[in-house]
Parts: sequence; C-alpha cells; structure tokens
Amino acid sequence: MRTVEEIIAELKAIADDPKKAMEDYKKETGKGAVGIMPVYCPEEIVHASGYLPMGMWGAQKKAISKARTYLPPFACSVMQSVMELQLEGVYDDLDAVIFSVPCDTLKCMSQKWHGKAPVITFTHPQNRKIAKDAANVFAREEFKIVKEKLEDILDVRISNKAIKNSIAIYNENRAVCREFSDLAAEYAAVIKPSDRHAVLKARWFMEKSKHTALVKELIESVKANPAPEYKGKKVVVTGILVEPYDVLDIFAENGLAIVADDLAQETRNFRQDVPEDDDPLMALAKAWNEFDGCSLATDANKPKGQMLIDAVNKYGADAVIVCMMKFCDPEEFDYPILIQEFEAAGVRNLQIEIDQESTAFEQVKTRIQTFAEIL
Amino acid sequence: MEININEASSKECLAYFQAKLDEEAWEAKKAGKLVCWSASVAPPEFCVAMDIAMVYPETHAAGAGARKASQDLLDVAHSKGYNIDICSYARTNLGYMELLKQEAMTGEKPEKLATSKAAYVPLPDLVITCNNICNTLLKWYENLAKELNIPCIIIDVPFNHTMPVARHNKEYIADQYRAAIKQLEDITGRAFDYDKFLKVQEQVQRSVYWWNKVATYAFRKPSPLNGFDLFNYMALIVCARARDYAEITFHKFADELEAKDAAGQYAFGAAENEKHRVTWEGIAVWTYLGATFKGLKNVGSVMTGSAYPGLWSLVYTPGDLESMAEAYTNVYINTCGSNRYEEFYKVVSNSKSDGMVLHLNRSCKLMGLLNNEGAEYVNAKMGIPFVSFDGDQTDPNVFSQAQYETRVQALSEMMDNNK
Repeated sequence: MRTVEEIIAELKAIADDPKKAMEDYKKETGKGAVGIMPVYCPEEIVHASGYLPMGMWGAQKKAISKARTYLPPFACSVMQSVMELQLEGVYDDLDAVIFSVPCDTLKCMSQKWHGKAPVITFTHPQNRKIAKDAANVFAREEFKIVKEKLEDILDVRISNKAIKNSIAIYNENRAVCREFSDLAAEYAAVIKPSDRHAVLKARWFMEKSKHTALVKELIESVKANPAPEYKGKKVVVTGILVEPYDVLDIFAENGLAIVADDLAQETRNFRQDVPEDDDPLMALAKAWNEFDGCSLATDANKPKGQMLIDAVNKYGADAVIVCMMKFCDPEEFDYPILIQEFEAAGVRNLQIEIDQESTAFEQVKTRIQTFAEIL
Repeated sequence: MEININEASSKECLAYFQAKLDEEAWEAKKAGKLVCWSASVAPPEFCVAMDIAMVYPETHAAGAGARKASQDLLDVAHSKGYNIDICSYARTNLGYMELLKQEAMTGEKPEKLATSKAAYVPLPDLVITCNNICNTLLKWYENLAKELNIPCIIIDVPFNHTMPVARHNKEYIADQYRAAIKQLEDITGRAFDYDKFLKVQEQVQRSVYWWNKVATYAFRKPSPLNGFDLFNYMALIVCARARDYAEITFHKFADELEAKDAAGQYAFGAAENEKHRVTWEGIAVWTYLGATFKGLKNVGSVMTGSAYPGLWSLVYTPGDLESMAEAYTNVYINTCGSNRYEEFYKVVSNSKSDGMVLHLNRSCKLMGLLNNEGAEYVNAKMGIPFVSFDGDQTDPNVFSQAQYETRVQALSEMMDNNK
C-alpha cells in the first residue's frame, strides 16, 4: 500500500501541471481535451465523447500584463488570469472550450476569446424554482446544443448510453469526493488544507474514474491508521476558490483545519448527484435546477447561509471563513445576507480577499492570525 | 402639483408625471394596494394589468445620483456589508431600502432618509426582476426579496449566445410569463385580468413607438435633438411605458423637435455650432451629468447616438406572448458579440456620428467589458475614432472630470483630422 504522502504527491503533481496531465491522456487514449470554463458545465457530455474535460481555473500567482488590454482592472482575478493564459497560447492545444455564462463577466469573456480552440457557449436557466419545468426543458435544449456542437467539432457521436455511463462515473466520483472531504475533517491532523485542495483540484484535470480510483486508494491509506487527535480549530470555507496555496498554508500555520467547503471549485460540484432519468440530458438539466447554495444559481430564498450554518453544526466547526474572490460581484451580493444569518445563529466568521495573482499575503496572514487567536 | 397637460411642454410633463408616479405609489400603499419594485427593462405589463403600483429602483438611484444624494445611500449599503465593487445602482437602492426598512420597523425616519434629496418612495410588497440587461439584477432582487421577506417574480431572459433568438429561448420566457401570471394570482388572490393585460400591452407599444420616434430626430443633420435629453426623458420609458404618461410626453417632445427643426433651431442653437456628432456608449454618469454634457458641448460635439435608450425599443405584437418574449430578450447587450457590435454600428451610422465616447462604467461589467470590441468593429467599418473614460453611473468617487475632458478633447482633435 502506498503512503498517504505518496498518493497526495501524485494528485498534487496533477493539480499543479494540467498540461502534463493532458499530454499523458492524449498519449494514452489518442484523444484530445476540451476546456471547461468555470462554472457548472455538464462535463459528463464531454466525458462521454472520450475527450478529457480540462478545468480552466486560471493560474496561481500569475502576473497579469497582456490581459490588461482586454479587461479592465475590475474584472475578477480568475478571468484576468484566464485571459492572460489564452493570450499566451496556453489553451491552444485544446480541441474546444465550453463557456457557461451565469455572470456578466462570463457573458463578455465568452464573446472575446483569443485562443485558437473553437468556443461553445451555453446559458443556464435562472428561474430554477418557480418555473422549474420550463427551466428543465430550456436547460436540456442548451445541453443538447452543447452535445451537437461537440459532435460537430470533435467529429464524434455522443450516444445517450455513453452520457448515462458518464453520469454514473461522475456520480461515483462525487460520492468519493464527499467521502474524502469528510475524511479530511476527521483526519485534520493528517490532511493539511493545501493537501485537501490539491486532491480536489486534481479532479479537474483527470478522467474521473481515475481520480475516483486514486482518491479511494488515498482514503484507504488514510484509514489504515486511527485519526490522531486534532488540537487546532475547525473552519468551513465558502467562496469561488481558495488559492494560491500560500493562503491555505496560512490556515495551517494558524492551526485552522478546513472541515468542509462551499467553494465553486470544490464541493459545489459534488455536493449532490445527477438524478436518475431515462433521458440523460434531462437528468443533467434537473441537476442544475435542483442545485442549491451558489451565488451563480439564482434562488430568491437564498439558502446558502442556512447551508453553511448546517455545515458548521454537522462538522463541529468553530467558524466560517468567507473567501471573497476579488471583483466577483455575485459572491459579494451574498455576503451582507450571510453575515446577518451568521450573527443570528451565533456563527463566528471572517472575510478574506482572494486574488489569484497575489504574491504578497501579509494582510490575509494578519487577518487569519488575529481571527485564530480570537477562536 | 397640477398642470394643464394640453398646454404643458414635454419638459413640464416629464417632471409632472415623474412626481405623479411617486405620489400614486404612496396612494396605493395607503389604500392597501400592492407596490412592486421593478427592474428597468422587466415587463411591467403583468403587474399593471393587476393594478399594482410600480416603482423603479434604477431610475430612483439615477435620480439620487443626479441630485447628489447617492453618496449617503452608498455609505448605508457599505455599512451593511455591500462591497464598493458592486453596481452602484444596486448599492444606492439597497442603502435606501435599508433606511425605509428601519423607518418601517421603528416608526421613526432615520436622519439620512429625512434629509435625503432622493425621491421618497414606499417599500415594495413584491419585486419583479429581469436579467435582459445584466445578471446583477438577479442578485440585487434576490437580496431585496430576502431582506423584506416578500415574493420575487423572476423573468429569466437567457443570454442569446447565437442569434436570431432561438425558439426554445422564446418558449422558456413565455412559460415564465405564464408562471408570473399564476404567481400574481396567488399574491393578489384575484384572477388575472387578461382584458386589461391586452390594453396595457397596446399602451406599451404606443409608448415605445413615440420613444423610438423621438430618437430618430438625432438622425437629422444638424440634429434638433440633444442626445443628453434622452437620458432625462428615459425616466418615463422606464417607469411609465405601461401608462399613457410616456406616450403623451414623448408625442409632445417629438412635436417640439419637429417645430425646432422647421425653425432652424438645433441642439446647440445655430447649425454651425454642431461641429461634431458623437455616439455615447454606456449609461450616463448621473452624478456628473452636467459636466459630461458640457465637456462635449465645449468642443462642439453633439451627442446624436446612444444605444442605451434603445434598450426600451420593446416592439411586439400585443396578445402574442412569444412575440413579447422576443422583444424582452432581444436587447443588444443580451446577445452574442457579432449581433451586439452590429446593433451598435447601426446606432453610430444612423446617428451619422463622427466619433464614439465609451463610458467604462465601473458599475456595469456587461456594458463595459465589450466596449472596445464594439468600437473597433465600428471603426473598421466607418473609420471613425473613439475614446474611453473611467466613470460610474451613481458612485461619484470614480469619475475624473480632468480625464474626461482630456479624452473628449482628444476625440475632437481626431475627428477634426478625420474630416
């Protein structure tokens, strides 16, 4: 049996070098890769084509220069980074790129692509609760367009049977990711926040059944020893993503373990499974409309605050840390509601700013250090 | 205030009807009728058919900005946790809502509300939003509904990544119209009034006809219409297109412009004062409306083109929900780049513009992030120059008058060189 460190090192290597992961996949299968822009693309359709869906989450500590010509400073840092990378030709080995457009910045980004790969854009319906049936039909049609455009661009046929099979593979991966997230909470003394992130980020660059197998192996290896007592504090994080690694290391340095996340890059993708349906595109459509708790999925009931409070109670967390993506207005809109709900429920909380391109972390360090002392 | 509508000028009608709409909202509130806060390009037809009074937060925020009253409200929003990067219309309104909420809860008017120069409007009993001009309106109205614990009607108008508008898109919107009708029946406890609905739709079409007619006066060269006037008159196409107030006012305005043109009176007086014609892209800088206007006037540039007023060119066939769906989704900033740039080009070419002024509005990512692409498209077709300046619709802290004037002067020189 491999050690926990060995398996995490393998996953971290994949998370840190997506290009190599893609090249390895190409060598192994003879097929290419399709870029998946954030957020909530029905990736199963791409998986069913045999191509590798590759997450496009920018880059850590990437200096932004060329992108300044195309984006004002008030676009969020992930999109600045994606723009910089596309101008550098980093995405030119992809066979297609899929954009969803649940925020105004993504709408514009989908229309100003400078890479070589053809772009497929689709729109998620947002009247997801009161007009659920109509939203299901609309989402299904949009996903059908994605499927047909992929078939055209990649010159493949994507059968319903293949999509169903991919949904099953993805649901298994979702279940194993949930299990790993819970295990990371239980073994907080063993799995550092940065390890946890690397394991979950690697799923964006791997064929999902391989990710499932590796995470299963990791779970087994972790469980081989009893969970050592964890003496630090436990937090739940919410936001788009928590990067660079330096930020996660500040959590660890101050004795804060991440026992659950509500991140667009992590748990929001595997919190729930795609439901059973004879029509796999309808199953994917229903999954979107049933999805809850993301700033980019409209719901006038705004259930996110209660979901976070429930997570705090479930995992015995000491606080919620709101990791605010710089210039992400959908997330910024949720914050004033969250703090009222946290206060009413007696949940301690802290907001830190996430800027993917940042190379100096003194402010985050000071804020987390002070907060950890209060806890 | 009462006026003789037959004798009043369009400008007097504009001020009168704006004030009257706020009064009517208060009267409705006091009579126990429902008040709805609405996104500016959300369909009012459903609520008006059900005798619900409408209040428009974007127009209210713009008015607060123009009266230099937005800063106080922005400060309130900031104190409640709203980041300064959020749309300033939303922040102004959410700050205002907070003050009204405090008043409703305590029975006392908070000082910032008592001293505010913003129009005094009642709290809503429900809200209606539509994302045809941005998804920000979804987040903003989610928060209004949550904060006030009131129903939220959503008309989700999906981004048209391909044009023309796809059938499934129109069907989805029409289905939501039906869902909104059901929601309104539940909220009011009354059957939906389909007869009145048809009449309201017909009224909207007449209002839109006269609104579009007014805009055509800027196509004339020299232009009798000062394009900045459209920013002022816009209040009624937003707030009163479902009433005859808008139609009456715009009809008068069109007649006045016709008379001006016949008399040889133009936007800047004599014909020779119109040295250049420019298209303005983006929302107005409400907090510096006078300064932005004068900056252009000082160099003889008449604003003859703006795609912004065209957002309310909501032409459809009354009685046909899918036609109405298409009208509300077919807003140029809700469409793919190729269509959006072509629509912008039509505005610039119809207005016979010699240059373009791009407002890089910190509050509006959807309008701002593709500004350059649109201008470059037009530049390639018409060979006319453009400049961009940093601003904001109602946050007074972003705009720099010196930068604006320098850019506008530079544009003027480029237009001179282009002649």
